Amino acid sequence: MAEIIAGIGTSHVPAIGAAIDHGKTEDPYWKPLFDGYKPARRWMAEAAPDVAIVVYNDHASSFFLDRVPTFAIGVADRFPIADEGYGPRAVPAVEGAPELAWHLVDALVDDEFDMTICQELEVDHGLTVPLSILYDQPVSWPVKVIPLAVNVIQYPTPTARRCYKLGQAIRRAIASYPGSERIAILGTGGMSHQLQGERAGFINQDFDRAFFQRLADDPESLTKLTRTDYVRNAGSEGIELILWLIMRGALADDAALAYTHYHAPASNTGAGLCIFDDR
Amino acid sequence: MPPRRDYHDIKGTYILDGEHSRKGYDLNKFCMSLNQARNREAFSADEAAYLDRFAITTEQKQAVLDRDYLKLLQLGGNIYYTFKIAAHDGSTMQDVGAQMAGISVEQFKQELLDGGRRDIG
Repeated sequence: MAEIIAGIGTSHVPAIGAAIDHGKTEDPYWKPLFDGYKPARRWMAEAAPDVAIVVYNDHASSFFLDRVPTFAIGVADRFPIADEGYGPRAVPAVEGAPELAWHLVDALVDDEFDMTICQELEVDHGLTVPLSILYDQPVSWPVKVIPLAVNVIQYPTPTARRCYKLGQAIRRAIASYPGSERIAILGTGGMSHQLQGERAGFINQDFDRAFFQRLADDPESLTKLTRTDYVRNAGSEGIELILWLIMRGALADDAALAYTHYHAPASNTGAGLCIFDDR
Repeated sequence: MPPRRDYHDIKGTYILDGEHSRKGYDLNKFCMSLNQARNREAFSADEAAYLDRFAITTEQKQAVLDRDYLKLLQLGGNIYYTFKIAAHDGSTMQDVGAQMAGISVEQFKQELLDGGRRDIG
């Protein structure tokens, strides 16, 4: 039986990817952040999941405002790297896990989560930066990937509670899959940041630091926050944190919070990472 | 009449709801076009002529030419879209953030290093 072995929450700030791509991870500005990634990389190498379900949001890369899926899942064999306006990142293409992805579609739609099905999808920094954080610069990614894109740009975004429930449905879907895959689920984005307006540069470290433990011990409390609560507390782009609730929902209630790391700022963002061990 | 929203009191914040998205649709569509290299080249070659391919208002067109990022938000833009103009210019999110906040890039970076900017009054 397929099983979820880990849940990972991580920021996906483009500048973090750029620091890796341009060899700046030992620079004084970046070193404290990347030092904290080292234990996570070791943990991932040891756990060695076969498949990663990467919950992310597209940033005006593959989806325009002409049609906005709330939840979209990539079922392709391969996902090219998107040109976000300044050329695609020079990272390996992402290999899919189409059989498992189609099973998720079947199971989730039967479970009343009406997913948008993507047979062609270019993936942006929201998906590739977390892979770089966890795997550095391999020739090819050591994991198959199922992209799960969530709309957090065009309002109304899904509610935090809906995200958590989708995670729970993903857990049920995986339990009904006959394969033997060992699966990690990544909730990406956040933590607090606001890129736009006169409030640009807003960060709330207290909210971010408390978020890890709330996610572990009392995720229900995070599902009760409205989208406006997220904007107020974590900044307009910090609403990405609802993606971490999909990850948490897919884990056992008593999954162990094995590691956390927090550093601010990474560019304009409070950057966080956490690992839940669900083995 | 657009509905009142409970985020309207969060100062300095432009939420892409239906009202905002209708206003900025063609502006954001122009920004999206910059994902393609050939469009970036055409924009660089003659910015005004390239902008005329899109059904944007005179005010929106001027804000693009002026690289007035706050105005672009006020006219319906969304930062993930409008930032593509900045990236094409070689500007960073911190350059754009400082401009929107109305402070120097140095001050903006320092406030982030000091723990992040707080709510504005």
